[in-house]
Amino acid sequence: MAFPDRIERTLDLAQPPERVWAALTTAEGLGTWFGNSAEVDLRVGGRITLAWTSGDTATLTIERLEPPAVLGYTWAIYGLPQDDPRRTYVEFTLAPAGAGTTLTVVESGFAQLPEDDHKKAFDGNTGGWTNELGELVAYLDGRL
Amino acid sequence: MAGSDREAVAQEVFTALADPTRREIVAALASGGPATATDLAARLPISRQAIAKHLTLLAEAELVIAEPGERRRVRFRVNSAPMKVAQQFLAALARDWDGPLATLKETLG
Repeated sequence: MAFPDRIERTLDLAQPPERVWAALTTAEGLGTWFGNSAEVDLRVGGRITLAWTSGDTATLTIERLEPPAVLGYTWAIYGLPQDDPRRTYVEFTLAPAGAGTTLTVVESGFAQLPEDDHKKAFDGNTGGWTNELGELVAYLDGRL
Repeated sequence: MAGSDREAVAQEVFTALADPTRREIVAALASGGPATATDLAARLPISRQAIAKHLTLLAEAELVIAEPGERRRVRFRVNSAPMKVAQQFLAALARDWDGPLATLKETLG
């Protein structure tokens, strides 16, 4: 049995990267296809908050922002309690394909870090946790 | 915890909980708190012997932990750590990207 760590999808879209980028990074776009509404603070370290009419919300912390090619963020693992420190890393990559765009979304980290590391990070100060998250992203990126 | 260990933990959780009697025992401990095999036998329509056998298996999978005590008075409590590993596994299966991405494609078009 393989522990699923990574989900990957590729989507061929007829629209150019700029239009797809807007759908991924504006409140109007995200509040249409992803959530039912969205608030966007578009900068590295900024937050995107998605809300659904069901009452669910998700807070995304932006880690990579390279318009109109890469959007990376971390968010809480779906289905785990709100206060669980584990997060997955999601990266949208936009590549021009003729007049359109090939959009790739990769979510990774479902099987990421040992419990103990999380506990250490969570018990430390906020700055420590932010550093840990930076390292997590770097690790998932293959930079560590 | 290495990836292969996590796989082994998830495997044990799913195997242990595939049995309806063991699910019932774990559910009883989760909702009612620590209990002895005798306590559980009084509450569930299962013999004490059968409960003891299942508790041994659940303890091997570390889904329950035996508190120190005299043999017949040992209380068992739920250990959430392996469930959290199994939850991580389920989270990956439950993540729905296909729905939102289909909507994205529609909205753009």
